[in-house]
Parts: sequence; structure tokens; C-alpha cells
Amino acid sequence: MSDQNKDPHYDATHKSQLEGMETSNKNLQNIGVELLSVHTDGTVHAKRISGRFRTIKWVVAAMWLTFFLGPYLQWDGRQAILFDLVNRQFHIFGLTILPQDIWVLAMMLLFAALALAATTAVAGRLWCGYACFQTVWMDVFTWLEEKFEGNPNKRQKLEQQPWNLDKIRKKVPKWLAWAFIGFMTGFSFVAYFDPALDLWARLFTLEWTSTETIIILGLAAATVFFAGFLREQVCIGFCPYARIQGAMIDTETVVPTYDVDRGEPRGRMRRPKPGEEAPELGDCIDCNLCVAVCPTGVDIRKGQQFGCITCGLCIDACDSVMEKIKKPKGLIRYASLAEFGGKPFTPFYKRPRVLVYTGIMTFAAVAMIWGLINMSPIDMKVLHERAPLFVQMSDGSIQNKYYAKVVNKTDQLLEAEITVDGPDSLIYIVDEKINVQPGTVGTATLLVRIPKGDIEQTNTPIDIKVQDLNNPQVKETYESMFISP
Amino acid sequence: MAQHNPWPDEGNTGHIWDEDIRELDNPPPLWWMLAFYAGFVMIVFYALYYPTIPWTDSHYKGMTGWTQVEEYKEDYQVLKNWRDQKFAQEEEQLAALPLKEIIENDELKTYAVKTSKVLFGDYCAGCHGAGGQGNPNFPVLADDDWLWGGKIDQIYTALEKGRIGNMPARGMMGNLNDEEVEQVADYVIALANGNGDDASVSAGKAVYQKGMCLACHGPQGKPLAANGATNLTDQIWRFSSERDEVIKTIKYGVMVKKDGELAPNTRNAVMPSFADRLPDAEVNMKRLAVYVHALGGGQ
Ligand code: SF4
Ligand code: SF4
Repeated sequence: MSDQNKDPHYDATHKSQLEGMETSNKNLQNIGVELLSVHTDGTVHAKRISGRFRTIKWVVAAMWLTFFLGPYLQWDGRQAILFDLVNRQFHIFGLTILPQDIWVLAMMLLFAALALAATTAVAGRLWCGYACFQTVWMDVFTWLEEKFEGNPNKRQKLEQQPWNLDKIRKKVPKWLAWAFIGFMTGFSFVAYFDPALDLWARLFTLEWTSTETIIILGLAAATVFFAGFLREQVCIGFCPYARIQGAMIDTETVVPTYDVDRGEPRGRMRRPKPGEEAPELGDCIDCNLCVAVCPTGVDIRKGQQFGCITCGLCIDACDSVMEKIKKPKGLIRYASLAEFGGKPFTPFYKRPRVLVYTGIMTFAAVAMIWGLINMSPIDMKVLHERAPLFVQMSDGSIQNKYYAKVVNKTDQLLEAEITVDGPDSLIYIVDEKINVQPGTVGTATLLVRIPKGDIEQTNTPIDIKVQDLNNPQVKETYESMFISP
Repeated sequence: MAQHNPWPDEGNTGHIWDEDIRELDNPPPLWWMLAFYAGFVMIVFYALYYPTIPWTDSHYKGMTGWTQVEEYKEDYQVLKNWRDQKFAQEEEQLAALPLKEIIENDELKTYAVKTSKVLFGDYCAGCHGAGGQGNPNFPVLADDDWLWGGKIDQIYTALEKGRIGNMPARGMMGNLNDEEVEQVADYVIALANGNGDDASVSAGKAVYQKGMCLACHGPQGKPLAANGATNLTDQIWRFSSERDEVIKTIKYGVMVKKDGELAPNTRNAVMPSFADRLPDAEVNMKRLAVYVHALGGGQ
């Protein structure tokens, strides 16, 4: 920041994020000055210790079990969640979404994208740290690794050791375990598109199609490669979300932060030798536990950095140390830069950024719910005949002709009945019932007649209704016009 | 770009932006380089396998001769064959089945209606209007009033044989004078409107008998059979409901001939036979009959 004025790219009108903040706090002094290095020397073997955030991580990770169990849920004699690409129907429990209604799924995506932005603005990379499949799978994979190969020290040694029987004995079972999870991941994914039970049956008769085989094995291999071998490199080097987080986090976002003022100067606790003056040390005893537990190999004491997925494990680590040396916890804690800048904490519901995100989320959610409520398994469009718009009948009444198109979004034959509501004396002629095959459109010609004396205006509103004969609560109404001279 | 380099030892290229973003000079990882070279090898196979190299007048055909366009054409042919076969089937049924069965069969009926649109536009719409809505002095086909009957077979006969309207001038015997013509016109208008009490109307009733109108139009103004005579009691007028026009119709008749030619002022009411006009008349007349029947008034 020292030579801003010499920098031709420096824009003098640019307003600093730190404007109006007390910048004497050390946490604010190194912002933007130093490019923090990422871990590049070999696999990170992080230590596992228990704690509050560790528990939260497991709980959130457990939600992914639904991904594996989901394909076995049944509903009405078929798989509850099934994306049937061949027939272009998405089944979600009792709901069938046809391509016409796909915008509802788009709303779901919009909601999810904004939820990501909103949570990031509030508390950093919550998704990365706790819920992301890369994080969760990697967590489980390294947990397995520890079961097979022992603690990080042993793992490091094993890695350097030349290949021998002992190394093979430890590595191969681990790889098999990984491969099993990878296989299940690929299998479960495909089971959302091809019915799971059928997919199992066809596995044992070796009847998978080549597409199924390629996707399942490809995903299995990718899972093992990403979660087992690439690990934190995915978060650091591959994942685009890691890069845009900078734009989503501001000075009021709380992220795991090391309290520099309180911790520095760091140093080992030593009993002063007689005659020696005890050095003035901060609370950090430089035990490096926070670095040892970090799954991405970050040293959080250097400040917030893009290698950090804000998983909170270093908070667990440091808290356990503080407990031992009887100092208050929270040397590393969820804190915002504004807090260190002496600004009062702004609750998230008062931050415009969060409110805008939430506003869009609400819109998406409302649109989605509206769409789902109004989504009927039956859909009807009615076209009014244009030539002629109306016909006079021999008894003087006026007749209008319509073409009703009935869409059947269910997976069963639809027997639809069309009725018309309007002036009392209205009569209509239409086929008694229309058979519509699943996922197709059926057309019916509808003739509506109103006696001349009962027509008060040239456009009389009428309601054309369609109803599933076997399922009378399934119905739709189309508002149309009856046209007369 | 800053002038000084605060990181002289990290092997950066000296290109520094925004104080701390610098370009390093690291070799790419080995696996990356291997994939890069593997890419070159792939290109050779790719270029041999697929049609890749343009000649002056043509191009290299690849090892298997596969092209995207060919694949598309094959797929298209499959679809087209399927469709052609289905249409051929429907055509066959259309030709073979009696009309009554065709209109009972939803699929066949839909097929007939859909394939008739253009034919109707070319051959019928000129007189009867694009949707059968009629034109002045040409009957509406979408209503429920039929001169020659609205059953499917009767419609077919109209297409096959044609229809020629016919009404003598001044009554069956041609013996009505101008006053009587006006009286009977008032009577006929009253029949349709349902009020018949003034003097002219009751006089007209007697004239209706005298002129033997009932022979075709029936004793109550309703023809006893579908014989081409209009129903005088309903709201639909073959020519016009204006009193002057009604008088004109009665005075000069419909298709009245004089010396082998149409008499002046007589109404023209001819529908030609389509048996010789339509291509593939046999099946196309059936198709059109189904179409007309479905317009809104078929019986
Ligand atoms: S620095 Fe802390 S919060 Fe960030 S990734 Fe490492 S352990 Fe997690
Ligand atoms: S765990 Fe806490 S005390 Fe130990 S080095 Fe990290 S910040 Fe310092």
C-alpha cells in the first residue's frame, strides 16, 4: 500500500473497504500486501482431533447419505426420485415434471446459487468447509486412510518407504475401500436416471449398457482420483468457486481468523531461568497444531487466504490448546475484519448484500412453490376456431368451435372429461372422454352453443374445464371467450 | 507494473501487477506435459480416422467413411420410413372402410381431417369460406342446417354427384301475382320469426297453399325430407332474410331456365360434382366428407 501513488493502475476515486475503520489492529495491517503461499509440497496429512466444528462437519456430511439411499425410496410402485431422460419425465415423489415445467427446476438452481452467495457473505465458505462433496468425500477418504495406515506421521513415513509387502498390505485394502465408495458414488448417481433395483439386477447379469458402464466406472474413477489423490488441490487449483469467494466476502463476513493482536508475539512457554526476565509473549504458543489439523495445509495465522475453506478445524485445535494452557478460548475464532477494525457487529439482516441475496432467494422460492402448487399432472390449452369465429345455428343460437389440447403428464393413460361453465343456457358437445397416452397430448373438438337471447355481449367469458375421470381431484380450468355477432 | 521487484529470489519473470500479482516461471507438471504430448499423438489418429483433410475438389474420407451428415440422413430415413408406413396404413384404411366406420375411429378421423385442410382450401373454400363459414348466397357448412342432409353419406353424395338447387318462379305453377308474392314473403318471414297475426301474413298463408309451396317446403314450412328445399321455420336463410330479397327469390325462383339459359334475376345455386375435379377423387371425397362433417354441424 506504500507506493499507491506511484502505481499507474491505482484509481484515486476507489474507496477502500477499510474506509472509516480503525486500522491500528494488526489483523488489518497485512491485507493485500502479501500473497500467501499455498501448500505445494506433497500430500497434506492432516491430524484429526475432536471438537465442536469436527462434530458439525460429521453431522453435515451425514446428510450425503441421502444421496446413496435416495434411489431406493419407492412411491406408488415406482422409484420416488427418477429423472427419466428417455421419456423426458422427471419424477419427484408424487410429482411428475415434464419438459414444459422445467422452469421450476431452474428456480431451484437459482435458489441454490443465491443460497451459496448469501451464506458466503454471512460466514464465508460454509459450503466448502462443511457440505461440499469434495470436502466430505475427502474427509471420509482420509478417515479411512487413517484407519488403514495410522496417524499422519506413520502415513508420511509409509509414503517415503520403498515398495514392499508391508506397504502393499496397507495400501491395497485402502484402495479397495476407496474404490468401493467410488463405485457406490457412480452407481447411486446413475440410479437417479435408471431405476436402481433394475440397475443392480442388470449388474449381476452383466447387462449394463455401454453408456451406463462408462458413466458409473468413470465417476468411480473420478471420485477416487479427486477425493483420494488430488484432495485439497481441487479446492486450491481447480474449483472456480474458490476463486470467486473473494468477491462474495467482505469486511463484515465472519470467517475463521487468528487474532493477531492477542496472539503475537508468539513463542513457546518457558519457565524463565532464574535471573532472566520473562519475555512479553502473546497467547500463541507456536505449537503449530492449527497448521497440523488443516486439511488444506494452510497456516491461518498468516491471515485469511484462498487456500482456506473455512472448515473451522483450526478453531477446534487452538481451543483445545487454550484449554490446556488455561487461556480464554477463541484465539482463532469466527470473526470479521470489521470486528478487528473496532466497528460494531452488523447483524446479517441489516447488511444490504445479504438482503439482496435473500430477496432473490425468496423470489425463487416463491416462484418454485407457486409452480409446484399450480403444477397439475394435467394441462390444457384451448384454441378458438378463427374461421369462422362463430356460426349461427338453425334455432338462432350461436355456436363457437374450440380445439382443446390436453397434456397428460402422468405415467398412466389419462381418461379426461371436458366440461364447460358459462351462462345457464349454454350447451356443449364434445367427446364423452378423451384418452391421452402418458406424456402425450390429446386433442378434442369442442362445440359450445348459447341461445341468441341469452348473449349479452360479443365476448362472453366461459370456463373450459378438464378433469381426470379416474382421479377427480386432478383438474384444470382454462378461461376462454365465447364470441358472438 | 511496479519498477522494483520485492521478490527477487522466487524466480518470477519481473512482471508484477497490482503490487503483488506476479508471473512466475514454473515448469508445468510432468503429468500435464505427458497429456500435452499424448494430445499430439491423438491428433494423428483422429486425423486418420475421421474425414479431416480437404483436397481441392473433395476431401479425405477417413478410415470408415463416417460423416455426421450421413448419420443424420440415416436417422432421418428411419423416422421418415416409420411415418410413411403409418400414413400409408391410414390411407389404405381410409380407402377401404365405409364412412360411418371412419368417423367412429378417432385416429382415422383425425387423420382425415388433418389431411383435408389443404384440399378444402383449394377446392371448397372459394365458395364456402376457409372454415366453412359460407359466403353471401353460398351455404355455411359449419352450422346444423342442411339442405340435402347432414349425415356423412349425404355429404359424400353431394360431393360425388354435385347439387343443383331448383325453385320455380312465382310458385309451383307460376301463377302468383306480385301482391300474392309479397304476401307469401311476409308469411315466410313470420314463420321464421314466430309471429303471424297481421293481415298480409294470414293472406300469405293462403297463398302458400295456392302456390303449392308445401310440395317441397312442407305443410308447416319444414321440408319432409332432405330434398334441397330450405327449412322456412329456422333462423338460417339460404339467400337473405331481407324482405326485398325474399320477394326477389320468390318472384324469379332458383335456377329457372328460359330457352336453355338461366333466366334473368333468378338465383344461382349449383354445386358441381367433384368426382372428376378432385385428384384421387375416390379417397379424397371421403376425406373431405369427414372434414365437412366435423366442421360443426354434422349429424
Ligand atoms: S485454515 Fe482453518 S478453517 Fe481454513 S481450511 Fe485450514 S483448518 Fe479449515
Ligand atoms: S493452535 Fe493456537 S496456539 Fe497453537 S500455533 Fe496455532 S494459533 Fe498458536
